[in-house]
Amino acid sequence: MDVLKAMLRQPAALFGFIVVVTVVAMAIAAPLIAPYSPDNQMFDGLTLEGAPMPPSGQFLLGTDTLGRDLFSRMLFGARTSLVIGLVANGIAVAIGLFIGILSGYLRGIVGGLLMRFTDLMMAFPALLLAIVLAALLRPSLWIVAMVIALVNWVQVARIVYTETRGLVERDFILAERSLGAGHLRILFMHILPHLIPTAIVWGTLGIATTVLLEATLSFLGIGVQPPQPSWGNIIFESQSYFQAAPWLVFFPGAIILLTALSFNLVGDALRDILDPTQRGRG
Amino acid sequence: MVLLVLRRLVQTALILLGVAAITFLLLYALPADPARMIAGRSATAQTVANIRRELGLDQPLLVQFWAYLQGIAHGDLGRSYAQKTDVGSLIAARIPATLVLMAAGILLEVVLGLTFGIIAALRRGGVIDRAVMMASFIGVSAPQFVVALLLLYVFAVTLGWFPMSGFGTPAHVVLPAMTLGILGAGWYARMVRSAMIDVLNQDYVRTARAKGLSSARIILRHALPNAMLPIIAMIGIDIGQFMGGVVVVEAVYGWPGIGQLAWQAIQQVDIPIIMGVTLVSALAIVLGNLVADTIAPLIDPRIRAR
Repeated sequence: MDVLKAMLRQPAALFGFIVVVTVVAMAIAAPLIAPYSPDNQMFDGLTLEGAPMPPSGQFLLGTDTLGRDLFSRMLFGARTSLVIGLVANGIAVAIGLFIGILSGYLRGIVGGLLMRFTDLMMAFPALLLAIVLAALLRPSLWIVAMVIALVNWVQVARIVYTETRGLVERDFILAERSLGAGHLRILFMHILPHLIPTAIVWGTLGIATTVLLEATLSFLGIGVQPPQPSWGNIIFESQSYFQAAPWLVFFPGAIILLTALSFNLVGDALRDILDPTQRGRG
Repeated sequence: MVLLVLRRLVQTALILLGVAAITFLLLYALPADPARMIAGRSATAQTVANIRRELGLDQPLLVQFWAYLQGIAHGDLGRSYAQKTDVGSLIAARIPATLVLMAAGILLEVVLGLTFGIIAALRRGGVIDRAVMMASFIGVSAPQFVVALLLLYVFAVTLGWFPMSGFGTPAHVVLPAMTLGILGAGWYARMVRSAMIDVLNQDYVRTARAKGLSSARIILRHALPNAMLPIIAMIGIDIGQFMGGVVVVEAVYGWPGIGQLAWQAIQQVDIPIIMGVTLVSALAIVLGNLVADTIAPLIDPRIRAR
């Protein structure tokens, strides 16, 4: 609670927090708020020439190339982005924590091997890997989430590794060990609690990365597949039309930016608060 | 020193071997079947089987991987399934365009990042600092493809200053480089700012000020070189990332670089090209880090002493 209060005192973080809460609320309440069904290809949603309609009182953000209401599609797209953001990033943080703790705590062959594996993953061109995997697997919401998790855990693992190494050297761990505590007790009761701030910070910052990556994959046509709306695939579907109907790119683009920005602002503020040594260094 | 270099070389070779093994495994474990892809929709089972045999895809996985490694040892990255040509020369043909975009993008990132990072550090806590930090946050949060389309809409479609897509004249490189540069500058500005703030608090900077040196001289001569290390590390990372092809930017602007080659190959399940590009990218990432690590001690004697 104190953390929340401290965070909301900063204007930037407050802004981010409000946006995050709003986007989450709108995603949850999408069926209640949406003026139309996101899949409804409306006859009056196209001009007489069959072109998409610009924003108006009837269609708040205009319509897409199939005469569907853009605002409604974006509301349901928020669900897709946030579900992937939470699931993919949750898995990535979990894998990162697991591998980072083990490789930091276990010396010798296992720890060394795990860290070499992480180094190896660092040398992988991440976006390329994600694109290859997403394209060659049959893309669906869960596949996309898995692919993103597989690519994004590496950074968390590295940071957790470094922190764990530092913690293992500390006196209270030595004291605990000399009192006869087992490995599991030390790991779960003493090391893990110290890593929770890191997990929270990366759990937040990572959502921004994940939302961006999902949008990128969907924009390339290998993410979430239409007709299920996602912010990225709305732009993918109307890309060739964007000179005539730029709103089809700009509204979803703006909401992707705003969401990623807000998670970044909140995550950064959390890092400042939870890790005083980083304060004010940006 | 020699030992250190040798160790790094062995490490590099091992990392590349690992990347090759994982990519190979992934590509062959995935459900996409290149033989069926090449044969086309209406091919008979016999045709597909023939193609599979021709490409060696009917061999056990380990045999295939061993053959691939032998090829690499001879500098042979294999032959493209779809284009029937040597993967090595296909990639080599894309390198000039990739290098041009990489150089322009990194130059823009560094110039913008240094300028705004230094200004923010000097005006720490002020309005300008906050504005720069906010802008850099927007830069790191903006989706590349949206910015690419936005720049395209404003500068190519509406104003007509730059061509929509393609490669060849200096005008072609402006928009793709701006997309990379503006977004990347966000990271650089944050990094430069935090490094500069650290350095500006050091005693020797105060001493320099007390000696009456001009601000410009203090910043350029005393502070900046000491703040350069993280920036060089970052450029190393960027060289690696950009060599791997900036798939999205190249796709939007029709830029004929390695990323475009990869993207076409992915759509055609052209595994040899995908393997080749992944390896070249991984090599670039490792080499980028290596270059950064080599330059660091030249700039910072403290690292040399270690």
